[in-house]
Amino acid sequence: MTPDDALTRYATRLGDNALVLGQRMIELVAVSPELEEELANANFSLDYIGQARMFYTYAGEREGEGRDEDDFAFLRPEHEYRNLLLVEQPNGHFGDSIVRAVLFESFYVLLLDALTHCSDEGLAGIAARAIKEVRYHLKHSSQWLVRLGDGTEVSHDRVQESLDSLWSYTGEMFVADELDDIVRDAFEGPDLEAIAGQWRHAVTAIANAATLAMPDDGWMASGGKEGRHTEHFGYLLADLQNMQRTYPGVAW
Amino acid sequence: MTKQEWPLYEVFIRSKSGLSHRHAGSVHAADDEMALTNARDTYTRRNEGVSIWVVRSDRIVASDPEETSAFFEPAEDKIYRHPTFYDIPDEVENL
Repeated sequence: MTPDDALTRYATRLGDNALVLGQRMIELVAVSPELEEELANANFSLDYIGQARMFYTYAGEREGEGRDEDDFAFLRPEHEYRNLLLVEQPNGHFGDSIVRAVLFESFYVLLLDALTHCSDEGLAGIAARAIKEVRYHLKHSSQWLVRLGDGTEVSHDRVQESLDSLWSYTGEMFVADELDDIVRDAFEGPDLEAIAGQWRHAVTAIANAATLAMPDDGWMASGGKEGRHTEHFGYLLADLQNMQRTYPGVAW
Repeated sequence: MTKQEWPLYEVFIRSKSGLSHRHAGSVHAADDEMALTNARDTYTRRNEGVSIWVVRSDRIVASDPEETSAFFEPAEDKIYRHPTFYDIPDEVENL
């Protein structure tokens, strides 16, 4: 794989993470616990979908085969999506959604920060825009985790359970594959090993503030980066792509 | 189980540097930090502000509507207190 080709796929993968989490969060609209929380989640979801649009458009331009953002989002089958398994996990209860957000966003902020220093201007530019949004998302989600973890006995136990059960999806974030290696070496991209250390440090601090115990690293799920997804993903994609699949080429 | 409502907070937003904060509305929130983020997410989505104040609604000391006449009407008679005798130059904005 040429470095240019790898960067294009890497951008697509970043778009996949953003789109899938955005889709998950938009599912929370109309079922949020409070009106204000509802607005916040809708904002975050649209932030993520906006980021996906930038990554996909950029990937399409680099690829040069005439694919646009919609082609990437609506016309690819499940196995061509390369998002992390963590972001496709169902919303569960509110604490599950918050833990998923904290685990991913504390990683994503570090990844974007590294990308702003990469040698590819296009990707660095998108990362610089996205990181401002995600820093705020992380502030919001980690405040909630502290509130729930350090709240009542019931809320503490429930988010501890969420943390324990989602933990097995965190290992995948730091296992570098061919794309990660090429982007790191050829474009001064993120070093996942360094990020893993910083991430653990950041998450430990949030967990401590939330009086939660850090889970042990046991078996870790993987496959998202290769297009092997959990059973939940097909349903998410069916929801997302239904309109384009039913009425091909439909536009607003 | 009865649902306990979160306290109400009043939201004040300063739209740009140099202007004062103006009342924008209110939000429900469980604590001060949440009030600030909720205010940000509810009232500054379209780039409305550069600064936010929130304060719990029950901490605001307000004048009594029934005392309106005693409170405010005496000032109406004292026209010498009103700066209506000056011409404001067109160039002065935001006054």
